[in-house]
Amino acid sequence: MTAISVQNMNVWFGTGALRADAVLDVSFDVNEGEIFGLVGESGSGKSTILRAMVGLVPTWSGTMQIAGETLGKKRSQAFFGNVQMVFQDPYASLHPRHTVDRVLSEVMRLHGIADVDERIVQLLDDVGLGAGFRFRYPHQLSGGQRQRVAIARALAPKPTILLLDEPTSALDVSVQAEILNLLADLQQSQGLTYIMVSHDLGVVGHLCKRIAVMKDGEFVEVLSVEAMRRLEASHAYTKHLLASSIQSVS
Amino acid sequence: MSSEFGLRDWLLSEEPSSRRQAALSSWYNGWLRFRSNTLAMVGLCVLILIIFAAIFAPVLATHDQFAQDLGQRLLRPGVDGHLFGTDGLGRDIYSRVLYGARISLYIVLLVAMVAPLLGLIVGTVAGYAGGWVDIILMRITDIFLAFPRLILALAFVAALGAGIENAVLAISLTAWPPYARIARAETLTIRNSDYIHAIRLQGAGPMRIVTRHIWPLCISSLVVRVTLDMAGIILTAAGLGFLGLGAQPPSPEWGAMISDGRAYILDSWWVATIPGLAIFSISLAFNLLGDGLRDVLDPKDNGS
Amino acid sequence: MIEPLLNVENLWVRFPSRNADFDAVRGVSFTLGQERLGIVGESGSGKSLTGRALLRLIQSPGIVEADRMTLHGENILHASEARMRQLRGGQISMIMQDPKFSLNPVMSVGQQMSEALRAHKKVSKSQARIQTIKMLDEVAIRDPERVFDLFPHEVSGGMGQRIMIAMMLLPNPKILIADEPTSALDVSVQIQVLDIMDKLVRDRGMGLIFISHDLNLVAKFCDRIIIMYAGRIVETCKASELRQAKHPYTLGLLNSVPNLEHPRDRLDVLKRDPAWRDAPSVSACQ
Repeated sequence: MTAISVQNMNVWFGTGALRADAVLDVSFDVNEGEIFGLVGESGSGKSTILRAMVGLVPTWSGTMQIAGETLGKKRSQAFFGNVQMVFQDPYASLHPRHTVDRVLSEVMRLHGIADVDERIVQLLDDVGLGAGFRFRYPHQLSGGQRQRVAIARALAPKPTILLLDEPTSALDVSVQAEILNLLADLQQSQGLTYIMVSHDLGVVGHLCKRIAVMKDGEFVEVLSVEAMRRLEASHAYTKHLLASSIQSVS
Repeated sequence: MSSEFGLRDWLLSEEPSSRRQAALSSWYNGWLRFRSNTLAMVGLCVLILIIFAAIFAPVLATHDQFAQDLGQRLLRPGVDGHLFGTDGLGRDIYSRVLYGARISLYIVLLVAMVAPLLGLIVGTVAGYAGGWVDIILMRITDIFLAFPRLILALAFVAALGAGIENAVLAISLTAWPPYARIARAETLTIRNSDYIHAIRLQGAGPMRIVTRHIWPLCISSLVVRVTLDMAGIILTAAGLGFLGLGAQPPSPEWGAMISDGRAYILDSWWVATIPGLAIFSISLAFNLLGDGLRDVLDPKDNGS
Repeated sequence: MIEPLLNVENLWVRFPSRNADFDAVRGVSFTLGQERLGIVGESGSGKSLTGRALLRLIQSPGIVEADRMTLHGENILHASEARMRQLRGGQISMIMQDPKFSLNPVMSVGQQMSEALRAHKKVSKSQARIQTIKMLDEVAIRDPERVFDLFPHEVSGGMGQRIMIAMMLLPNPKILIADEPTSALDVSVQIQVLDIMDKLVRDRGMGLIFISHDLNLVAKFCDRIIIMYAGRIVETCKASELRQAKHPYTLGLLNSVPNLEHPRDRLDVLKRDPAWRDAPSVSACQ
């Protein structure tokens, strides 16, 4: 079943002469339980797509259907209970004055979830932190631990869709591996649908089955990870991207 | 002994086990940092001393603050049991300064409650809402900023009538714009951060975001600014008192006392100097305290 | 034996704090000849501080201690601040992670470069301009005369980093320290910038210290690799022999990178052994 359907999406910033188009006529479908990847360089518009989907960027046109709901300008509370996002920089995505406990309990209260105490312990367990981290402040956590808290926050309202905006690019490779494993496990155990944005083909190729390559706001190509591994790219830009990625890991 | 160490360890624990412990330990860490700043500690001590003097003024005072004795007027400090001498009406300056501390602290506390709160509300709402709300609120702020503070306060007092409460109100109404500016600037940097985006994605409304997420981050810089402004507030209050628009005689407000001493400044220096020193020490104490608080509260070097 | 360009013995970087001193770099020893030396480690491993300590750029209250720290046999541990200013840029240059923060936003690129040159070499203004433009050309910037007059915000990240390289190499230093020079750049630009840096360093017979968290990148562009963990060197090897590395930390780093060509269901996760922290630092002298 289709979880996400985006048709002819355009996103822009500014108006009049200052208008800059960030995303141009992008269409894609993501099935339930699928992991879809968006790859491109900085400024290619890949994060903007996610931000328009959750309503952080209001200036978009086209049609978006997420979890059966056709999206307008406003997002309902039910939408936020169903679709959540994990941000790139774990150092910037947690409120510096709130403990882990406060972050998670506030989210649950917003979604009207009962038995907060039990759920928090459960969530911290799910993301591999354990209850000992419950009353810590962000500055008492490492980058990887912060990202786990951010993932726990996203999972708190029991969503079915997670949008991952470069979730590991600010982390060390060894920590990145832990987070990628965690994301894979969560996807398996909870049957989540992911859209994952990254500039790193290795990371996207590890998790995603289908990958869209973006350049200057447009999809240049959508291909399966197997095709990518066989280097069966048809577009010149994808070839270039593949060449530089393969070169850097050889 | 061991229980004391236990408490310290409990407070410094990296793994707090309850909400209360987490909050207390973050306070304790702030206190430790504050304590290592000697000058700020000096400021705090002076301030505690002044508060102490204000509370126990009836016990510490040697004379009635209002009792006049024209036969004993303009006595030098130390003469006839008048520690700081007497003023032009023969009132004991030491006792009056003690009681004056009550008035000064009262003014400072009232202003410190009203002005930053007003500034915080205006600034954060303007910063978070943006658009025309921002434009209207900030232009109003600019209008208030454009007036010289003392003149504006004078105008308010003239309109409302002289007296301490009106002086406080006037000072508050002139003191909030800088706080609004600071709060707005902070809000502008905070509102686009990922943690605000994250809570928006949980469906939190603007009211909750402003009060629960933005205020806690603005308050630290406002608190610092308030303590640094305390000196100015006291001086404005003293200035109003000096001009006869603040506390009314015979109330022992420090500014009014200086004003009284003006007539004798060449022959009897102590009449104006002693309350002047009192204003100086409380201003300095607040300044030092503010500097120390800035080091503790600055989120930039908080943690890591 | 020829004296190496740089000789460091038992380098410590220490930050005193309220509770206990924090040792960020703990007894690191290495030499640098006319070669490309990579320093790899995770954030907090002390790799960047090692690079900064060589230039004595550790900010107070940090303390740098060493048994020996020499550049061409000259003691730089106790050199005067004035002498250090001559050496920085003149003998040892450093490229930081993000060109946006290293370039002055209110001066044109060319102005900054010729000023940097004139701070170390006695050349006339017009001579400096000619040399600057020639250098910009060498880092593969098309139309260097136009770029000379651009301001930092007008150039892209990749070009900015090439400009930084040009600026740092202009006074002909003997050693270049590159601290994560490409981690702020896109993958496709990364390789290009590194290729340019690599070629220039080799042509001039300089010593390069390449600090990065990316083991594979370092292996590709360096002759020798130092792997740091918790302020110590846990292993050192030739880049070509990286695949035969023995230390579990090195292996862990290698295996935790997701690889497009060799997919795995699960990535290997590093199991940190507290003993790594306490083991003595390996010497990387040659």
